[in-house]
Amino acid sequence: MSKIVKIVSLITLNPIIIFGLYIISHGHLTPGGGFQGGVIVASIAILILVVFENDINLSKNLFSLFESLGLIFFITLAFLGTFKNTFFYNFLANKFWFLGKTIHFGINQGFLNSGGVIPLMNLAVGIEVASALSLIAVLIMSKKKYD
Amino acid sequence: MISFIFLVTILLIVIGTSGAMFKRNLIKIVMSVNIVGAGVNLFLIALGYRSGGVAPIFTNAPSLNMVSPTPQALILTSIVINLAVTALLLSLAVLIYKEKEK
Amino acid sequence: MVNFKKIKIISLVFFSTFLVLTISFLHPFGKPQAVEMDNYFIKNAQVQTGSNNVVSSIVFDYRGLDTLGESTVLFTAVMGISLILMKKKYEQNS
Repeated sequence: MSKIVKIVSLITLNPIIIFGLYIISHGHLTPGGGFQGGVIVASIAILILVVFENDINLSKNLFSLFESLGLIFFITLAFLGTFKNTFFYNFLANKFWFLGKTIHFGINQGFLNSGGVIPLMNLAVGIEVASALSLIAVLIMSKKKYD
Repeated sequence: MISFIFLVTILLIVIGTSGAMFKRNLIKIVMSVNIVGAGVNLFLIALGYRSGGVAPIFTNAPSLNMVSPTPQALILTSIVINLAVTALLLSLAVLIYKEKEK
Repeated sequence: MVNFKKIKIISLVFFSTFLVLTISFLHPFGKPQAVEMDNYFIKNAQVQTGSNNVVSSIVFDYRGLDTLGESTVLFTAVMGISLILMKKKYEQNS
């Protein structure tokens, strides 16, 4: 690819990652959430692989480590609820501690520190989906020859 | 008679199935299987509509008459499983192409 | 010799008439019939969980076990792709 395409793609990398993290972190107030924001962050790896064809080596071990960390964080949040009632219990809602602000029924403008354990689960699923899709793109689109 | 959205759903499923049966190119078969999955997701969402309803979100909502939120939560899982099946089919196509050119 | 093209065309015609006959028996578009569970979710999800988004609280709080199964499916798909496409590297090391 020519020099203009390489420089412009490096400039537009920063707004894409900020937009993807905004959709992941506001999952309990606006439409979106973990899965949709994870796909947006994974489109950065595909952009780099299409523009720089053989000049950049993206490592597979780093993506695999982050995917496993995301899934372990999700299962740990599910098991921490067994001390109260059941598996998958929302133990941070309506408690005035970290993310629990009581909300009454009706139309309001949205408060960020509400929702209990749901924003943490959004973060875990977002990390896992972004790493998994980047790993799929690196495995299919690499051009090395094993001779 | 049948409403307009269900006609579009029937059209998508028939186009996808006929593309998977009559084409010889591998990439076209994979794309036809993906079109069938998209048609089924559209049918599940169209079942839960209420006349004059808005999205089921309480942040600055225009009114309190909302559509059903249950089918929207079920097709999130269906979209991800559709993506996993398409990715596995594409990797099999890459393997067939690499074995053939030796 | 078995003629494959006629069998394919006849089965496609049967399948499409079956689809049209099934969908013509549905309820009219815009008036669903079984709405008790949806009314309970819209009335009680904002007070019990504390989030404004009803769909997000269904996916992660009321039905969290389906999300756990879906994450496992995605992880297994990535494992399967990496087994298929790295066959020569495994054969070189043995």
